[in-house]
Amino acid sequence: MAIQTSINGKAVALSAEPDTPLLWVIREELGLTGTKFGCGVAACGACTVHVDGEPTRSCSVPVSEVAGKSITTIEGLKSADGTLHAVQTAWIAAQVPQCGYCQSGQIMAAVALIEKTGRPSDAQIDAAMTNLCRCGTYPRIRKAIRAATGQAAVAVEGAA
Amino acid sequence: MADNTAIDSASEAPLKRKGVKRRAFLIGGVAVVGAGLFGISIADSNAAKDAKARIIGEGEHGFATWLKISEDDVITIYSPHTDIGQGSNTGLAQMLAEELDATWEQVRVVSAPAEPAFANVGLGRGFLADMTGQPAIINGIPQSFLSFIARQMNLQITGGSTALRFTGQITFQKVGAATRLALMETAAKRLNVPMDELTTQDSRVIHAKSSQSLRYGELAAEAATLSLDNEPKLKDPTQYRLIRQSMQRLDIPAKVDGSAQYGMDFAIPGMRVATIQAAPVRGGKLTSVDTAPALAIKGVEKVIKLDNAVAVVAKGYWPAISGLRALAPSFSDGGHADVSTASIFQAHDAIIAKGEADGEAGQGDVQAALGTKPIKAKYQVPFLHHAMMEPFALTAQYKDGKLDIWGGMQDPLATKMLAVEVSGLDADDVTFHPMIIGGSFGRRLPMYMEIVEQVTQLAMQLPYPVKLIWSREEEVAQGAYRPQSSAVLQAALTDKKRIAAYRNDYAQPESAEDETVFPYILPAVSRRHFAHVSNQQTGAWRSVNSTQQGFYNESFMDELAHAAGEDPVVFRRNHLTAGSRHLRVLDEAAARSGWGTPLPAGRGRGVALVESFKTIVAQVVEASVGEDGMPKVHKVTTVVDAGSIVNPDAAMAQIEGGTIMGLSSAIGEAITLEKGAVQQSNLSDYPLLNMAQAPLSQDIHFLNSGAPMGGIGEPGVPPAAPALANALFAAAGKRVRNLPILTQAKG
Ligand code: FES
Ligand code: FES
Repeated sequence: MAIQTSINGKAVALSAEPDTPLLWVIREELGLTGTKFGCGVAACGACTVHVDGEPTRSCSVPVSEVAGKSITTIEGLKSADGTLHAVQTAWIAAQVPQCGYCQSGQIMAAVALIEKTGRPSDAQIDAAMTNLCRCGTYPRIRKAIRAATGQAAVAVEGAA
Repeated sequence: MADNTAIDSASEAPLKRKGVKRRAFLIGGVAVVGAGLFGISIADSNAAKDAKARIIGEGEHGFATWLKISEDDVITIYSPHTDIGQGSNTGLAQMLAEELDATWEQVRVVSAPAEPAFANVGLGRGFLADMTGQPAIINGIPQSFLSFIARQMNLQITGGSTALRFTGQITFQKVGAATRLALMETAAKRLNVPMDELTTQDSRVIHAKSSQSLRYGELAAEAATLSLDNEPKLKDPTQYRLIRQSMQRLDIPAKVDGSAQYGMDFAIPGMRVATIQAAPVRGGKLTSVDTAPALAIKGVEKVIKLDNAVAVVAKGYWPAISGLRALAPSFSDGGHADVSTASIFQAHDAIIAKGEADGEAGQGDVQAALGTKPIKAKYQVPFLHHAMMEPFALTAQYKDGKLDIWGGMQDPLATKMLAVEVSGLDADDVTFHPMIIGGSFGRRLPMYMEIVEQVTQLAMQLPYPVKLIWSREEEVAQGAYRPQSSAVLQAALTDKKRIAAYRNDYAQPESAEDETVFPYILPAVSRRHFAHVSNQQTGAWRSVNSTQQGFYNESFMDELAHAAGEDPVVFRRNHLTAGSRHLRVLDEAAARSGWGTPLPAGRGRGVALVESFKTIVAQVVEASVGEDGMPKVHKVTTVVDAGSIVNPDAAMAQIEGGTIMGLSSAIGEAITLEKGAVQQSNLSDYPLLNMAQAPLSQDIHFLNSGAPMGGIGEPGVPPAAPALANALFAAAGKRVRNLPILTQAKG
């Protein structure tokens, strides 16, 4: 029985087994490979997508749970005419990615944080941005989030 | 010629090279290194033709293997390096485009095909030869890399922070300059003017006198027929407009919109997905497995038994991993059941106590000068996992007698050659297609990547293409770790607060001598290696042995400073040569960090000075201990002398990230063993530093001394652990001698 959901604004009927993690449905059934597999146990955040606007580690959510919900992946952030989301633009300006593998997840987490808080403080950034980056791009992720929300690049020490 | 000797005397290749028809050709390719700069093309016209056939299309013209110019002025550079996110391909493009006077916006850089015609001769020359008229930069490279290179003959490796130092300086700048000359020569003929009246700018040759100019694209076809100058004159650095600029990295746009295709992302019609479990105790074999429980899972198609592993092939990753988890395979333990973290440390203690070293370096009569009551301390560090964010994934297809493999590797050409060996196919029938890499840090070298062998074995027996994915669990349990290592350090001080003698006895599988630069000038110093090998596979972990050796020496220097009652910066200064680069770097770090100025209660500063890959880094860490025992890093000041920098912002990113990786490993990371097997299972019990734990403030400063260019990808890592440990001592009075710090806090 197909699972009905919406991905990046498009209604889709998914044929995967209901226990399949959303991540693998996105990557293998829908072919949207911007969402990454890093650990499979909700530890790294590389697989972060939005489910009804909530940042969600898709490796640990069975696809049956997203029936009827609306999912956004990194591919869905650009506007219809291909313009990058302001957070993506900030990511390029700050030259954030190194290997880049974690960055789809980082950007999805950052977009959700900004949508929720408007102008996140350093403490809010610390609390929300728990995605791992082995390349150590955290300083630039912070810089990009601050820039995207009109805040100065250099944080006040002790604000966290 | 020296190059020949190095190669011919190389020890036996680790695997037999069945079917590698081109081996002789490859050796020939390296052997001509001294003769020509521009790759194999000059030495071997067939290889030149092969290279051109692979990359040159309609309306495009090739130069020296690495470069093509299209008639609409697009300049494409073929990089023999794998850009793992350090920006080396952008840097290489800057270097070539600089000398070519190319319009930056029209420069593209792509991976060179994993073919012998694209073997990296500049790298070979950098590794194997002392360069005529250029400083002998070979000293910065670990011997293990050299012998590996000599054995494998592949020369497409990325490692040792060599891309810009070797390939860039030795080949790419010269290719750019020589191509520019060829374009000018063509223009001079066409405009009928003397060449010295011509200048170049923005991909045009300009004759100012007659106000004429020609586009590179118009000149390319004819210029490509000229032979290139082997030793073109390079620009004076004062004329640079691309080198030393923070050009935006060319790979970044595709990494923010999800379009970058990593090995994990590859797909091809009909492809199946496999996953695998190897013997948990390294060295063990698969003894039996009942395949039925996996085959009962919907989507599972096959269970394949390999010598030491079992693989499940399915329609997708989820059924594959579910099938694998349903199995209860039996593995032997290869006789390693009593290996544990503790047993390895005990073995280290025993061999160091016995005193029969496998290698020694240093000078002076250390034993006598140490006297009867040396200051002595024992340090221990654990195995470390690379933990790159993309787990291994390679796709292979065997069809019509040909094998194709897709994925991200640090050494594409050696990967191909390994697949040739495993498959038994002719080298011409095996193609490796390099893709973007989701982190590596030394992990993705085919010599210790069983997945190359595994996926080849699977593909050779399957009627469809197969993508083999290692679960993170497999990746953590089957690493090529930084070695677990111990050191016993001893020193004697004079009554003038100077070191009279210094000894570093360390135990681990291989000598660290090639990566260890001990910068202090002492009357007597000795470094002794005691070899101990366990059943675990060890490999190059970002900056190789410099992390543990940096931790040992710079922590112990701190202990000695305190024992002497001296400030740790002053104590180090007193043992460095006046006017040396090391001293300048240390002084600058002390000044910028506010060394010696008051700090809030509970905070301390620690300093460390480590040279690796020809780059000198001094770091001051400001830290405190949180209520939970977790070290809190408040501020890091880093001063770097890498000689010169090609792309300052990309270099900055490497130091920032390297520092965080160094702190992460020092604070929380450890691979431990029990009964011969790894105890950690995933990133949930192998804790990487996250955003909240990373320092909020990093002040990074480059001193461009003009010394020969050093590496930038690795040298940021080693100082972090000792600087942090020293800061924690200053803050709380507790000396950190075992890593990671968190285990020590708990235990
Ligand atoms: S893959 Fe989902 S959190 Fe790591
Ligand atoms: S950019 Fe490499 S893991 Fe984050």
